[in-house]
Amino acid sequence: MADELKTPLLDELEKGPWPSFVTDIKSMAETKEMPRDLLRQLEKSYEDKRGYWKHGGLVGVMGYGGGVIGRYSALPEEFPGVSHFHTVRVNQPSGWFYTSDAMREIIDIWDAHGSGLYNMHGSTGDMVLLGTRTEELEPTFQALTEKGWDLGGSGSDLRTPSNCVGPARCENACYDTMEMAYQLTHNYQDELHRPMFNYKFKIKMSGCPNDCTASIARSDMAVIGIWKDDIKVDKEEFAKYIDDGFNVKEFVVEKCPTQCISVEGKEISIDNSNCVKCMHCINRMPKALSVGDEKGFAINIGAKAPIVEGALFAQSIIPFMQIKDGDYAGLYDLIERIWEFWDEHGMARERIGEFIERVSLATFLEGVGLEPLPTMVKAPRDNPYIFYEEYFADEDAGEGEE
Amino acid sequence: MGDISVDQLAEDCYAIVAENAGQKKVKAGDLQKAMAAKYGDQIGRADVKAAIKQLMDSGRTVYGYFGGSSIELPHKEAAENQ
Ligand code: SF4
Ligand code: SF4
Repeated sequence: MADELKTPLLDELEKGPWPSFVTDIKSMAETKEMPRDLLRQLEKSYEDKRGYWKHGGLVGVMGYGGGVIGRYSALPEEFPGVSHFHTVRVNQPSGWFYTSDAMREIIDIWDAHGSGLYNMHGSTGDMVLLGTRTEELEPTFQALTEKGWDLGGSGSDLRTPSNCVGPARCENACYDTMEMAYQLTHNYQDELHRPMFNYKFKIKMSGCPNDCTASIARSDMAVIGIWKDDIKVDKEEFAKYIDDGFNVKEFVVEKCPTQCISVEGKEISIDNSNCVKCMHCINRMPKALSVGDEKGFAINIGAKAPIVEGALFAQSIIPFMQIKDGDYAGLYDLIERIWEFWDEHGMARERIGEFIERVSLATFLEGVGLEPLPTMVKAPRDNPYIFYEEYFADEDAGEGEE
Repeated sequence: MGDISVDQLAEDCYAIVAENAGQKKVKAGDLQKAMAAKYGDQIGRADVKAAIKQLMDSGRTVYGYFGGSSIELPHKEAAENQ
């Protein structure tokens, strides 16, 4: 091996109680040039207070427009091991369930074709294999596909759909998140691998309003499980919470955002018509309270992180929908109407949330053929001088507004 | 689809990409719009998608990325190292 690895600044990151990525990479730097030069280049970046990566622009595997993020060192002579350092995104299994054999498959492939370094998982959900050379991309892809793996999304395409574990492990699940992620991934292979949108489009699925995938803040389309009927109450279990001294008043009744819970002795009653499904009471008393029986999901659109414009939260567009007998046609139809309208009228690098902000929610709803609903109201109107009924009456009579 | 074959659409799309090479990043949506303008109802979105797929699978065009994804002729990237 070449000179001794000297990284005094990075070494600082190994101090303290937390696991350190520096320690992890060092453990591989003994045997591989790529992790070794990665540390050396990073040390230089810390010394000089500047980055030394160049975005690769155009690398990938034949026929796919996503799944590989190209990156080159700006100092290839000094750090030849990271002259090429492309990232490969691998589509994760639904709910991030792996067997140990599956993990070994991935690790062996990456040891053979890349740096051996990987992240589990990237923010979109994929397994992220860090660092390989251009000539290793096709062999990596071939080795992955031979074992039944595929690349995930990147660029202006459908990003790898991701979901919470849902009914696989969680009693709160109001729909089968695992199945939906699987179906969407298979149905939209073209959109996932062949960038055709104005910009990226992320779909995340959470089985209930706890939203463990943070879909409401981090996906262009958040599919969040919800129920329509009443919260189910197990009276005996509720009484046990009281007997055990659990302070229902302080921890549940007073924390209900709509104040729709009342407790008399060992009896609880919930005004379900005022429940906003925040999950708080269910989370605090999971043995006594549970989601209702009439389950489905709500669709919220337009969240994004604050990169170009400010951060956006998703906006409700479908308050309740169900998949019946495994028929996804209604959901596919909605998604495709949304894509088509955004595609037609959106601008380059404009996320769907930004697009809706620009054209207005009313235009968007009309464009995709949805009726406006009270659940779509973000805030009460604050202009007291507009009277809608009169406005429409005047319009009908052919009179202009003053 | 009417009389316009996927091969024909692929040729038309290729011509647009080649014409704009080095000047303007052509996106899949640009090709959809151009083909819709040229052929109207004779073709659908799926036909243009199939044409792009054909160009990509044959290696005549490649996907590029610079802020957004584009369809380009194969070329050497400025950032590329040996
Ligand atoms: S989002 Fe809800 S259903 Fe999914 S894992 Fe979290 S609590 Fe369970
Ligand atoms: S889910 Fe939330 S809003 Fe509904 S009853 Fe429980 S605490 Fe109140």
